[in-house]
Amino acid sequence: MTHHDHDHDHHHHEHDHDHHHDHDHSELSEVALRVRALETILTRKGLVDPAALDAIVETYETKIGPRNGARVVARAWTDPAYLGRLRENATAAIAELGYGGRQGEHMQIVENTPETHNMVVCTLCSCYPWPVLGLPPVWYKSAPYRSRAVIDPRGVLQDFGVTLPETMQIRVWDSTAEMRYLVLPMRPKGTEGWSEEQLAHLVTRDSMIGTGLPLTPGATA
Amino acid sequence: MSRLQDFLPDLPCDVEGPIFAEPWQAQAFAMTVALHQSGLFSWPEWAEALSREIKQAQAEGDPDRGDTYYDHWLKALEKLVIAKGVADEELLSALRDAWDRAADATPHGQPILLENDPKRAFG
Repeated sequence: MTHHDHDHDHHHHEHDHDHHHDHDHSELSEVALRVRALETILTRKGLVDPAALDAIVETYETKIGPRNGARVVARAWTDPAYLGRLRENATAAIAELGYGGRQGEHMQIVENTPETHNMVVCTLCSCYPWPVLGLPPVWYKSAPYRSRAVIDPRGVLQDFGVTLPETMQIRVWDSTAEMRYLVLPMRPKGTEGWSEEQLAHLVTRDSMIGTGLPLTPGATA
Repeated sequence: MSRLQDFLPDLPCDVEGPIFAEPWQAQAFAMTVALHQSGLFSWPEWAEALSREIKQAQAEGDPDRGDTYYDHWLKALEKLVIAKGVADEELLSALRDAWDRAADATPHGQPILLENDPKRAFG
């Protein structure tokens, strides 16, 4: 491995190009530099604590995700009293299971029935109930999904492999920073007597956004 | 992520892969959550800033397919932090340069520290 002389002017762009091809010094991308600059100033002003940032990332990467929402749905399927509380005040009922906080405020459930299928979208940015569903999938953040979901929900559902009977009505809910929706899918047939734990495995993230349906008993084996 | 997945098979993972495509996205996300927690801005305020950024990018021709989401996110965060008087563009730019020099002066594989900036602009 050759060692380059690093004493020359690093601001010089021609030289920078040479640098990008050697590997004996480090490099940060333009965005990474911007993030580090922000973090430095925010840390120095005492507005953020780097350790707390790591904890937030870890929480969202590992502890929060669609499994939380799946537990809420499975509980609602098995416990009518819980379903009642969920209808009444979803934020509080979800908090009962220990999921709440950031972006989990102002939750409302929308129930699928044999007549109506619900689907959630955010046409503005991507308001999303993180504490129950984790971070939004890439497609949820895309403009084509956001606009098409409103104009042609049936077509979007078909893209996701979901074909609903023509007679079934589709309701699209536009979530905002003030109100976030969680779709309560219908309990799959053939799951009589299943435990909450077993049922939770059938609940997919997409079924709680309304772009999918829960798995059916045979599908998880 | 893959390391964690080994221990936690039930890890909430997007079918498309890890939730954050790159570490800087996770950092930008976490800073926003932390600043909201510390009360620098309200969540509707943030949602508005982000949505404004996304609309502007769309107007400038970004197909906005989700892969540029955190670019908009970071830009919105920078602007909001500046609007709140926490920093100005000049300071952020000087810090970016300092980090760039620090990275350049750090041997590959070693942690990049702002103190490694030979000019010690912020060290």
